[in-house]
Amino acid sequence: MTLVIDIAWTHVTARLRQTFVGIFGVATGIGFSVMMAGLMEGSQNDFIRQLVDSMPHIAVTDEQRRAPIQPATEQFDAVEFRSLSTETERRGIKNPLALIEALESWIPGAVAPSVTTKALIHSGGRDLAVTVIGIDPKREARVSKLESQMKEGQLSSLFKASNAIILGDGLAQKLGVTVGATLSLATTTGTPVFARVVGLSHAGNRMTDDNQAVVLLKTAQILDGRTALINEIRIRVDDVMAAEEIANRVERQISYKSTSWQESHQDILSAFQIRNAIMVMVVGAILLVASFGTYNIISTITHEKTHDIAIMKSVGLRAATVRSIFVLEAAFIGGAGTIIGWILGYLLCFFVGMIEFRSGFTDMTHLPILYAPKHYAVAGGVGMLSSLIAGYFPARKAARVQPVDIIRGAS
Amino acid sequence: MTTPLIEARKAGRILRGEITTTLVTDISLSVMPGEFVSITGPSGSGKSSLLYLLGLLDIPTEGEVLVGGEATRALDENHRADLRLAMLGFVFQFHFLLPEFSALDNVLLPMRALGRMKDAQMRNRATDLLTTLGLADHLWKRPDQLSGGQRQRVAIARALANQPSVILADEPTGNLDTVASAQVVSILRRIVDEEKKAVVIVTHDPGLAAKADRQIQIIDGRIASDGLSANQPATVAS
Ligand SMILES: Nc1ncnc2c1ncn2[C@@H]1O[C@H](COP(=O)(O)OP(=O)(O)OP(=O)(O)O)[C@@H](O)[C@H]1O
Ligand SMILES: [Mg+2]
Repeated sequence: MTLVIDIAWTHVTARLRQTFVGIFGVATGIGFSVMMAGLMEGSQNDFIRQLVDSMPHIAVTDEQRRAPIQPATEQFDAVEFRSLSTETERRGIKNPLALIEALESWIPGAVAPSVTTKALIHSGGRDLAVTVIGIDPKREARVSKLESQMKEGQLSSLFKASNAIILGDGLAQKLGVTVGATLSLATTTGTPVFARVVGLSHAGNRMTDDNQAVVLLKTAQILDGRTALINEIRIRVDDVMAAEEIANRVERQISYKSTSWQESHQDILSAFQIRNAIMVMVVGAILLVASFGTYNIISTITHEKTHDIAIMKSVGLRAATVRSIFVLEAAFIGGAGTIIGWILGYLLCFFVGMIEFRSGFTDMTHLPILYAPKHYAVAGGVGMLSSLIAGYFPARKAARVQPVDIIRGAS
Repeated sequence: MTTPLIEARKAGRILRGEITTTLVTDISLSVMPGEFVSITGPSGSGKSSLLYLLGLLDIPTEGEVLVGGEATRALDENHRADLRLAMLGFVFQFHFLLPEFSALDNVLLPMRALGRMKDAQMRNRATDLLTTLGLADHLWKRPDQLSGGQRQRVAIARALANQPSVILADEPTGNLDTVASAQVVSILRRIVDEEKKAVVIVTHDPGLAAKADRQIQIIDGRIASDGLSANQPATVAS
């Protein structure tokens, strides 16, 4: 066995330039794969975290998933409806406090009521359509990051005025108002309200910051014209990934539509799946190209070494022994490439992580990179495996050389 | 009766290509322990081809070649390789050494492949062989740092490394001066006489051929004559 190692080692060290090119190829492939994976998964995790932080994990809304069952359907086996006009129900979640109490009893996390409505803000000759959310500041602090996102004032500032409002900082800028200003709010259904700005929030997400205003639950109820009703129960769960399951349970229990963050962002999550598939393909292509380098080198060596192979086989080395020499050479290149590739990948991640990055939608300043041993293991494993496969084919061909063909040809 | 070390029974090798070439045909001969056989014949007559058949480097297309009494034509490649490694030593017409390895390492190659000795033992044996062949000062030189004759002697040392029963040498003295070739012949002679091995040597040199116990002449791929040297009566092997 040491003979095989000696010969393989001699072959690769006798061709340092070629060997380095091969090692460099594998290293580059693995390095960039590690970086790609770290960047992709890092940004994905970062995005999901922002997504999850910016909104309740589960939203229970005043909708039912199925159209209400008509009494006639329950009475007869076959029914045909024509020109059905359903009874208009007063929308909203009835008896919210009792429901919240019932949910709080078993959900690992926090529950808060809210009223969401669309309103028109009027200030200094400008009208802007915004989403107004009525909250209970004490409970809200436990289900969303709103408290920590306050730029000016606090959530409890809402209690300071009879109709207080907290604006997203982008919205305040658009309206040209600051804390202390008074605005008028109106909806199509309820009573217009004059509200005083008591705080500004900054979520770091333009969708939210430019379009959202927060008021007390009762202010929103007045605005929306539905006293004693709420239209959303927000739930924050301790284990983000369990949200989907808990949402299903909630829906079964109270029959209101209960949407987990996973469900409401299915499009984004499936976009991530596509992105991941693309990543796997790109990384696979990088590593494949790297393995071409190894293939090239091992082919060249076996080609140059036809005479040596003939000598070894004529002396009595078995084909498998000859094959293992060249596979081992591929393993040297793959192994060295993997180790250098890991270092390169780490450095690339490090430097890419330092790049300043700005987007109009978030205020992320650096590319988020995930440092995961998994990435190194997979890239190294695939890199090594493809090197071995790339080495195997020329090695197999080399091992098939019939020494007599070479020896006869030489004379 | 002792088993021949190598025996050919109506063996032949036909190359089928664009034109079918008969390299050798109808070869029947036995090489017994303690025999020093020379093969002579005109260039292109098939001497090397015969040696490849006897050395299990080539497979006969007709007849059979037996090594140590074992028929080899149907053996798989590994088995043939194992026989070559343990039983046969080959010296090629054109020296074939591994270019990146020292003389010593080249001689060590078959021993390490066989793996029957400890490292130190192998080293000693390789050093002894090279010393006997007059290469004591050249152990660590690579083939490109050696002269043609020195390389030929390294190849002979390598052929002897595993103490094979038969040494097959294709013009081993082709590149050597008279002194060196006499040395090579005496080394081969000693192996035959003292260790009861057999040597089969292809040569153009009538003087060298005359030093063999038995001379086989090949013409046009066939055995033209096979007889004992000197004044012993010629016998044609069956
Ligand atoms: N690959 C080949 N294809 C076709 N013919 C070949 C091939 N190899 C050898 N021959 C022919 O087979 C015959 C025998 O060749 P071989 O090498 O055995 O001769 P030789 O007796 O060793 O000659 P020399 O004394 O010149 O070494 C020659 O006529 C040669 O031309
Ligand atoms: Mg020849």
